[in-house]
Amino acid sequence: MRVSAEAGAAAAAAPFIHLEGVSKTYGRGASAHLAISNATFDVMPGELACLVGPSGCGKSTLLKILAGLHKQDAGTVAIGSTANPFNPARDIGMVFQQPLLLKWRSVLDNVLLPAEILGLPMKQSRERGRDLLALVGLAGAEGKRPYELSGGMQQRAAIARALVHDPRLVLMDEPFGALDALTREKMNLELLRIWKQSGKTILFVTHGISEAVFLGTRVVVFTAGPARMADNLEIELPHPRTLDIKTHEAFGAYTRHIYRLLGME
Amino acid sequence: MGPEPRPEPPMSTLEDPRTRTAMAVASHLALLLVWYLFVKFGHVPKYVMPSPVDTAQTLFAGNYHWWDNVLVTATEIYGGYLVALVVGVLLALAFTWSKPLEALMMPLLVSLNMIPKVALGPLIIVWFKYGVVPNMLIAFSICVFPILLTTVRGLREVEPDLLDLVRSLRGSRWQTFTKIQLPGALPYIFSGMKVAAILAVAGAVVGEFLGSDKGLGYLMLQVQVTLDTAAMFMAVLLITLTGMLLYGAVIAMERLIVVPDARVG
Repeated sequence: MRVSAEAGAAAAAAPFIHLEGVSKTYGRGASAHLAISNATFDVMPGELACLVGPSGCGKSTLLKILAGLHKQDAGTVAIGSTANPFNPARDIGMVFQQPLLLKWRSVLDNVLLPAEILGLPMKQSRERGRDLLALVGLAGAEGKRPYELSGGMQQRAAIARALVHDPRLVLMDEPFGALDALTREKMNLELLRIWKQSGKTILFVTHGISEAVFLGTRVVVFTAGPARMADNLEIELPHPRTLDIKTHEAFGAYTRHIYRLLGME
Repeated sequence: MGPEPRPEPPMSTLEDPRTRTAMAVASHLALLLVWYLFVKFGHVPKYVMPSPVDTAQTLFAGNYHWWDNVLVTATEIYGGYLVALVVGVLLALAFTWSKPLEALMMPLLVSLNMIPKVALGPLIIVWFKYGVVPNMLIAFSICVFPILLTTVRGLREVEPDLLDLVRSLRGSRWQTFTKIQLPGALPYIFSGMKVAAILAVAGAVVGEFLGSDKGLGYLMLQVQVTLDTAAMFMAVLLITLTGMLLYGAVIAMERLIVVPDARVG
């Protein structure tokens, strides 16, 4: 079923991310806390994979492992292929629940932060930063300070920042969790557009079940206590997705299935 | 879609900077007037309280060597202050880089901070004789703590996710410090610097009271013997002005460097 990248299988069928039996425990002895156990799934290049589950189910831990910030205790994490190796410094963009823009910098300078840290040529990066701000719908806001933007707009800038160094993988940890419901719906549509236009592989962590089904080409379901991966669903809903899809019968079937997995039905 | 502009609140007369300046000048002049009238009509002896005119006249008497004494006191204040600024910020930086060092040293420094620094004056004079350098040391010892403690707090205040962002890009410690921590801590550092600016003046003057052969504090003790209250008033005024110059410079620097939204009161 799964084609291992190391085996040199046909490039088109090779997964971009391959996780097998990934586990992580925090703490030791009696206070040990199992953050994630036996996560096994593949993500193909260009997918928008959603990780869904309640708080404490280890989905954020998994993102940190993929970002190279934490090391798993057991299991394999493979990103990229031997033909096109993954550079962990350059190929990861991150978006968090809070926009975390630096308030002393202009919006454009905030977007350029990863380029500065990586030492990329600034002139091209500046141009790219402007293009990305246009892509996320912030054309004209380059010189503004973060506090002049609304929460949704700050998060758009944070997405542009995650793309500025042209990473192959974008990790999003509940990026719209702090936004009001309407802005969140709007940002979901925006994210789908940005994803299509940028062609990036995106891992999107959320605890919104219908958000996950609406956005994802794949939804990986985690449960908490004990932390466990419950399912890995390919979402076969048509693209481009519009809000109409939420009334689709299959959409309801997927969400009901996930609710059941999470013990809510 | 452009970002929504923030609505400007309607400005009352009191928020007009010119009105506020005029009112500040008015209260200062009023105090001078009350002082003048009190002395003139209250039949207060000159050795108890000289009038503003008597005080001003001492400036033109050569025997006080005002300028030389101001220079000595200013050297002690500014010198001690600058050393405290450099030492305070560097120590704070060292603490954020080394958790064991912080765990070891912070509690000790908090305890040392409880020592009334003025009480150290006689000891410092025993160890270092009297003069400009020991007085600088007293000023230093009294103003290094607010700078150190606020800087530690400011450097700590950084969002952990922001540090993760830099780490995911494999940014160096130095990049984290210069791009994230230091600019983020500046509002805190400035609030410590403002407190320290006031304390530095007290430290230097106490040092001069305890033992010295020049400076405005020394001069005050000299003229006290002859009940030359007018000269004492002038000395206090000049000490105040020397401190205000430092405080003003700190405020001006803060306005220049720290963006309005990030300032801490």
